Parts: sequence; C-alpha cells; structure tokens
Amino acid sequence: MKTLIKIAWRNVWRNKLRSSLVILSIVLGIWAGLFLMAMTLGLNEQRMNGAVDTYLSHLQIHHPKFKEDLNIKDTIIDKKQTVAIIQKNTNIKAFAERIVVQGMIANSKGSKGIELLGIRPEQEKKLTSISTHLTEGTYFTKFKKNPAVIGEKLAKKLHLKIRSKVVVTLQDYNGNLTAALFRVEGIFKTNSSVFDESTVFVRASDLDKSIAMHGKIHEIAILGKSIGDVKKIKSALISKITNNKVESWNEISPELGYAQEMMSSMVFIFMGIVLLALAFSIINTMLMAVIERKKELGMLMAVGMNKKRLFSMISLETLFIAMIATPIGMLLSYWSISYFNKYGIDLSIIASGLESLGIGSRVYTYLPKNLYINITATTLLVAFLASVFPARRALKLRPAEAIRSN
Amino acid sequence: MTIKKRKMNVIETKNIRRVYHQGEIEVNALNDVTITFEKGEFTAIIGPSGSGKTTFLNAIGGLDKPTSGEVFINNTDITKLSENELIDFRLQHIGFVFQSYNLIPVLTAKENVEFIMLLQEIPKQEREKRAIQLLTEVGLSSQINRRPNQLSGGQQQRVAVARALASKPKFVLADEPTANLDSTSTSDLLDIMQALNKEEGMTFIFSTHDQRVMDRAKRIITLEDGKILSDIKR
Repeated sequence: MKTLIKIAWRNVWRNKLRSSLVILSIVLGIWAGLFLMAMTLGLNEQRMNGAVDTYLSHLQIHHPKFKEDLNIKDTIIDKKQTVAIIQKNTNIKAFAERIVVQGMIANSKGSKGIELLGIRPEQEKKLTSISTHLTEGTYFTKFKKNPAVIGEKLAKKLHLKIRSKVVVTLQDYNGNLTAALFRVEGIFKTNSSVFDESTVFVRASDLDKSIAMHGKIHEIAILGKSIGDVKKIKSALISKITNNKVESWNEISPELGYAQEMMSSMVFIFMGIVLLALAFSIINTMLMAVIERKKELGMLMAVGMNKKRLFSMISLETLFIAMIATPIGMLLSYWSISYFNKYGIDLSIIASGLESLGIGSRVYTYLPKNLYINITATTLLVAFLASVFPARRALKLRPAEAIRSN
Repeated sequence: MTIKKRKMNVIETKNIRRVYHQGEIEVNALNDVTITFEKGEFTAIIGPSGSGKTTFLNAIGGLDKPTSGEVFINNTDITKLSENELIDFRLQHIGFVFQSYNLIPVLTAKENVEFIMLLQEIPKQEREKRAIQLLTEVGLSSQINRRPNQLSGGQQQRVAVARALASKPKFVLADEPTANLDSTSTSDLLDIMQALNKEEGMTFIFSTHDQRVMDRAKRIITLEDGKILSDIKR
C-alpha cells in the first residue's frame, strides 16, 4: 500500500500544470460555493436580526383574536397577572408593553397609512434598538407634549423635520374616528425601508389619552437572554398564560423563516451544482490521465498488478488532488468569510433594493462552522466517486492491446 | 476449473488458434500451433509482420486467450484460468521485457525492480537486497536511484530485464527487446541475457526481427501466416 501511495502521489505531479489547474478549479469552486452560502446566510441572518432587534423581539403576547383583524378592543386579558408571570421568568431579559393601532398620518405635503405604536420608552429601550438608530433628534427625552419618533423614509415622503407637526387620524377604543396631533422629536433609520415608512412610535400615555384605552394594551414584546432560550421561555409562559396567545418571532413573521428555508435550499442546490461541476472536472482530468498512460497501465496488468490495486492507485491519485485542493479552498473560504463577517461587503450601490427587503447596505457574511466540515467531507466523497469512472475505464483495458498502443 | 497434468516442459501449446474479427473479415492470427519449450532455452521466434509472433507470445504469456486450444505453463492449463487467476499466475511465473521498456516513470530503477516483488508481498529487506543484486548483475549498480528519464535506452532495457527476473519466473518473454536500441546497447543486453541463460538456466523466448538476436539464439522458430514454418535447434 505504501508503494501504491508513493506511485499515486508522484503520478499526480507528472503533469504539474494539469494537476495545478484541476486543484485551482476545485479551490475556486469550493470558495465560490461557500462564500455565496455565507453571503446568503448572512443576508438572511441580518434580516432576521434586524426584524427581531428593531421591533419583533423574541416573543410577543396578544389577545387570542388580536392578530386576526387587529381589532382595537382585543386587548391583553389580565394584563397585571400576565406581566407578573413574565417578571418571574429568569430567562427573560426585558419586556415592553405596547398599544398597537392602525392610522393615517398626514400633513400639508401628503398622507400615509401607518401602524402607530404607543410605547413606554424606558421599557422599549431595553428591548429594541430603535433608540440607537436615530439619524436626527432624540428618543422621547425632550418634548413633553405628544412627541413622535418616525422613520426616515416617512419623514422624506412627508417632508418632515424635527419639530414638524403631524396629524394622525385613527379609530378610538369606542369605535369613533378621532385625530391626534404629534410633534416629531426623532427620526430613525433601520435596514428596512418598509418598516421606516410605515411605523410611528409615540408615548403610550399620550396615545392612551387620545383613544381612551384606559391602561389597556395590545401587545407585550419579550426579549430572552439569548435566541436559544426562545423555546424554553415560550413553553414556560404557555403553561401559565392560558388566556392570551404567546408566539415566538418565527410564528409572528413566518415569512422570515420561509425566506431562511428557501435561501438555505437555494444555496445547497448551488453548492450541489458546484460539486457536480468539480466532479466532472476530476473525471475529465483522470480520464485523460488514464488514456495517456494506457501503455503503462497495460504493462502493470501484464506484470501482475491485480484489478484491486490498479483501482486503488487511480482512486488515490484523485483523492490526493482533492486532499490538496479542499483544505486550501476551505482556508480561503474561512479567511474571506471571517474578514467580511467583521467588515461587511459594501453593497450601497443597491442599497434601496436591499432596504426594501429589510437588509442593510452592508452585508456581513456568516457560515456555521459545521458547514465547513460537511462540505469538506462531501467534496472528498464526490472526488472518490468521480474517480470510479476513470478507474473502471482502466480496468477494462486489455493488457495485450494496451501495451502495443502509441 | 480443471487443471490437466502433462509431462515436464516449461511451456506446451496444443493446437492453439487465435481468430480476430476485423469487421466482417476473419483473421487467423494463429493456426493450430503445437509446440513445447524446455527449461534453459534461448529461443528466437521470427517471421514477417503479421506472421503471428506477438499473438503467440501473448498466448503463452497469458496476455491473450486463444480462441481454441490449450496452453500449459509448468503443467497448468492457463486457458482455463479466470482473469484474476491469470494476473496472479503471470506475476508468479512469467517475466516480461517489452520493446518500449515500459518502466514506471515515477519510480527509480531500484523501485521499478522492487515493484514486482512488492506485488508478490515479499518483505522489504529481501526485496531491496534482491533488487540491488539484480541491478548489479545487469551492470547498473551505480544507477539504482535514477528514474527512467535519467537513463539511456539500453540502461532502461537492462532495468526491464532485472525487473522481469525479480519475480523468479519460469521463463522470460521478450517482445522485440532490441528494436529501440543501438548496436552497442543491443550487444550489451544480449550478453547479459545470454549470461543469465547460461549461468542460471533462465529460459528466454524472443520475438524479433533483429539478426543479432537470431545469431545468438539456440533455437529459431519461424512463423508465417499463423503457422510454424520451421523449428531449428542449433
């Protein structure tokens, strides 16, 4: 076996240029596949984190019927008891109470349908990152009367600045149409232009007065100590909160989960295509090597090299090529993915398109470590399988004919 | 597999025929060839191109199965062996020297000779010792670590002879071994082969056009159209 390994290794370098080109093609194929996977997973990770971070949080509690038609009267049942249960759970880092109503914001420049969120700023700051996404103004610290924090896209649409007045028309708790006047205190910008254009934050106390909520709320958003705790927290809350609906972020926004699944499937298909191309590249190279060495292989069979050894020799040559190329491809991938995980890829040229999907203009690559191992193993397996066809071709040679070939 | 027993000859063929099909045409490369070879022979098989020399050598070397007839090597009918059994049989009993040397280019001279013994699973020390001994016998003791591309044609063919002898075969088949050599190399090679034949009783069977080989042969078999035209012992 040692000699077979020696022969196979030396055979790899008989044609240095050809072997180097095959190795390079495998390296580039692996790098392209993994980098694209990392970009796609990173994109989706950002989208998910952005949604969780700016508004969604890890879990939300609502009246069982609230999400069906967003009826203002479907408020949290037994708010005090529900909050008490939440406060006792040690895996919960923070929570925030919200009033959620649909309305129309207008000024002399135009109007837009929005979701108006009445929040408690001290609670909300611990939960979401809107307060750190301000491009102008402050977050409910300056204005005493009816301040509002709006998205940058909405501000641009309605030509709003800090201190601008806006009127929000909405339905109150009793079903009457009413209007409330707010003054812009802060302008925020997130990765999602859709969110920025359609969401306005006001103080819960101000909104409560305007629409006569009398302390009732529609939503409690919950942040766990880590996203890995979501399932645990949910099952703990469900067992105690029986009259309200407890949902995790991926149940509230299933499209985020679907997008992740779809992107994961797409990248695996892409990687599959890359590996298939690599397999054909290897088959082509090894087939050429077998045809070129027909005479030599015929001689080996003539002098007594059995089929098993011949097959092993050719398979080893293929495996050596893969074993050189794969770690190089993996390292290149790891370095580039780590670099762009830290510094991001600037895609500001297509920023508006990305923001409409809830993705920032700087994409940070991300690849779970287990995927490196999986792809390495898969590449070696594909290489071995690719060696079968050329090896079988060699076994079919007739020694007498092969020795006489040119 | 039925193994028929015969009296002691190294090689014995009985009515071997080999028919090739070239499109619709049938070519009788060998036509009822019956012949024996004894131990210690130094035999040249001659004849014009297409006479069946190489086909005959392939048949007795187990590289090609005759269409009909029997081939006995040391009392074993090799026509009855399976492909795997034939590969092993060649390894243990037959040495080959080819026209184009056919050394393994990535191995040194010593490694090429050792390779056959490696296939026979002979231990490393014994392999190395015998490889050096054989290369010394063929006059290449100072070239053992050179690869084929660092050796002349004559030297490569001598390595091929050493390799053919490495497995301690019953006989060596040499298919036009001097075809690519100059006169000096041819002479040196034949000297070595004759010495091995005389001193060790090694059986050599050549297929050749080379008069210099014919001049040294103790027996000349002439083939024509797949049949033995003459068989002259000197």
